[in-house]
Amino acid sequence: MDLLISFVLALVALLILLQLTVLLLWVERKGSALIQDRVGANRANLFGGLLPFNLGIVNTLMADPLKLFHKEDVIPKDADKFLHWLAPFIAVLPLFVTFAVVPFGDVLVIGDRVINLQAANVNVGLLFVLGMVSLGVYGVVIGGWASNSRYAFLGGVRGSAQMISYEIGMGLALVAVVLTYGTLDLQQIAREQGKLMWGVIPAWGVFYQPLALVLFFIAGIAESKRPPFDLPEAESELVAGFYTEYSGSKQSMFMMSDFIEVAIVAALVTTLFFGGWQVPYLQRDGFHFPGGFFVGVPSLVVTILQVVSFLVKLFIFCWLQILVRWTYPRMRYDQLMNLGWKRLLPIGLANVVVTAVLVLALEGFTIK
Amino acid sequence: MNVPVENYLVLAALIFAIGCAGVLTRRNFIVILMSVELMLNAVNLTFVALSRQLVSMDGQMIVFFVMTVAAAEVAVGLAIFLAIYSQRRTVNADEISLLRW
Amino acid sequence: MIAFYFIALLTLASALLVVLHRNPIYSALGLVNTLFLIAVSFVMLDAELIAMLQVIVYAGAIVILFLFVIMLLNVESEVRSARISKIGTAGLAFVLLFAVELAVFALVRDPSGAQELPAGFGSTELLAETLFSKGMLSFELTSLLLLVAVVGAVVMARRKVES
Repeated sequence: MDLLISFVLALVALLILLQLTVLLLWVERKGSALIQDRVGANRANLFGGLLPFNLGIVNTLMADPLKLFHKEDVIPKDADKFLHWLAPFIAVLPLFVTFAVVPFGDVLVIGDRVINLQAANVNVGLLFVLGMVSLGVYGVVIGGWASNSRYAFLGGVRGSAQMISYEIGMGLALVAVVLTYGTLDLQQIAREQGKLMWGVIPAWGVFYQPLALVLFFIAGIAESKRPPFDLPEAESELVAGFYTEYSGSKQSMFMMSDFIEVAIVAALVTTLFFGGWQVPYLQRDGFHFPGGFFVGVPSLVVTILQVVSFLVKLFIFCWLQILVRWTYPRMRYDQLMNLGWKRLLPIGLANVVVTAVLVLALEGFTIK
Repeated sequence: MNVPVENYLVLAALIFAIGCAGVLTRRNFIVILMSVELMLNAVNLTFVALSRQLVSMDGQMIVFFVMTVAAAEVAVGLAIFLAIYSQRRTVNADEISLLRW
Repeated sequence: MIAFYFIALLTLASALLVVLHRNPIYSALGLVNTLFLIAVSFVMLDAELIAMLQVIVYAGAIVILFLFVIMLLNVESEVRSARISKIGTAGLAFVLLFAVELAVFALVRDPSGAQELPAGFGSTELLAETLFSKGMLSFELTSLLLLVAVVGAVVMARRKVES
């Protein structure tokens, strides 16, 4: 029974991730069209255009993947065949595993069984996320090297330097969050955020660590190699960067890893800074509004509300990343390195020091 | 289910031996550095295994320091390697013999 | 037990890949694999925090640094020479002896069984407590070491070549 439950939980987490990934493909096309004042993704229709609405979403969800998987898989001459084949898998697999430690709800109570809504409860969850994200670099580096192409190679070199640089900023932002909540367990961090600050404001990370939020978001976008930090795949300079020589289903795996990273950054921002699955004032038995109002809600409904709350926040932050992607121009490489090492790193360090001092000084005042 | 500690120690000994052989036989400077990393990790494995056997956190603490030192070692080692490469255009450790009498 | 043998065999195979493969890129990948599998062993030994640090520090930083340098300099595959030098032969013999010796030492041991682990063994709190009480001086010295390493690396790598 326990095995079945953990299997179902893993399946649910995977489904959320996959659905989100596929949906993001369409949202990005439509969103970019919206921003650039075009219609976008409107060529699919049935019966010679007789339907009153277009089937852009069907096109993106079904036709595009089908087309991609049917394309010929070209492996360049003189490429390292084994590594060329391996790279897309290395790029995608660690990202799938990352989502397992993200809690998508509090607990589900069925009879006397209490189920923790998280695919894998790792008590060093945050470090697990950092580790898996850092493994994602290998897909880029190996893919770039194995293709035996100058463009891909340059993309790989750029990617490796960029991602280890921004991991530091990301790590420092997370250290400040860990200091605030005193735990590395993501579910525990989400639970801590259900408390109230001065009895009114929810104790969300965004109110405790606004600076860390900004740092984490910037570093997260840089880690997922999306504009304005898309130097490893800069299309105007390197054709398609590290995946120039990929085609068909392998290329679509790299595309997919891109969107999974968007989903993971959104999930982490939600969990660490916006209360995860928390709905403001909603406790296990119902709403406790400040001032003593109480509205009782059945336990199952509470759980559903929490999961929905998590998904809504997830969507909002995915959309925010798409907005950023289509708004800002690409940075130069020296600007990228300057931002990482001369801005994010010192600010992150200062934030950690200030947080540590405050946590020490206000022990008992903070939520600890 | 409990794996006896000596199994881990034998595994660590073998990894250490492999790393040691790499240092002695390979000529590529980078691969030599990698083999050193292998040896360091074999030692880490013994520390963690014995830390569990003796129910003491000291072993894990030492591993923490070993990792830091390993990171520092690689950074300096690769920097030296870059400097040598820009002067002599070689990755072969046998050809770097300026200080040999 | 089966899990252990499985992991151990994979670890040894990837360690051999590091040493035996002529192409340094494959060596680096073998190294990542070895380090990752050792991290799995750490998890099996109730050292989750150390395992995660292992992945982040080694796989995420150190080996990427190796790969970066290999790619930057475009290091080619080593030409395998037919003969191993004398010092190499002597070294290999020494290594074999050493491995046997270590293994014998590991097998002949005080047969006291594994003790019961207290709750929270290997937890972040306990490691931090040990680190910041017993290991405080070493911890501070490590930070000094890192500083020296950073300065040293920058000085070495930025040196201009005369002529």
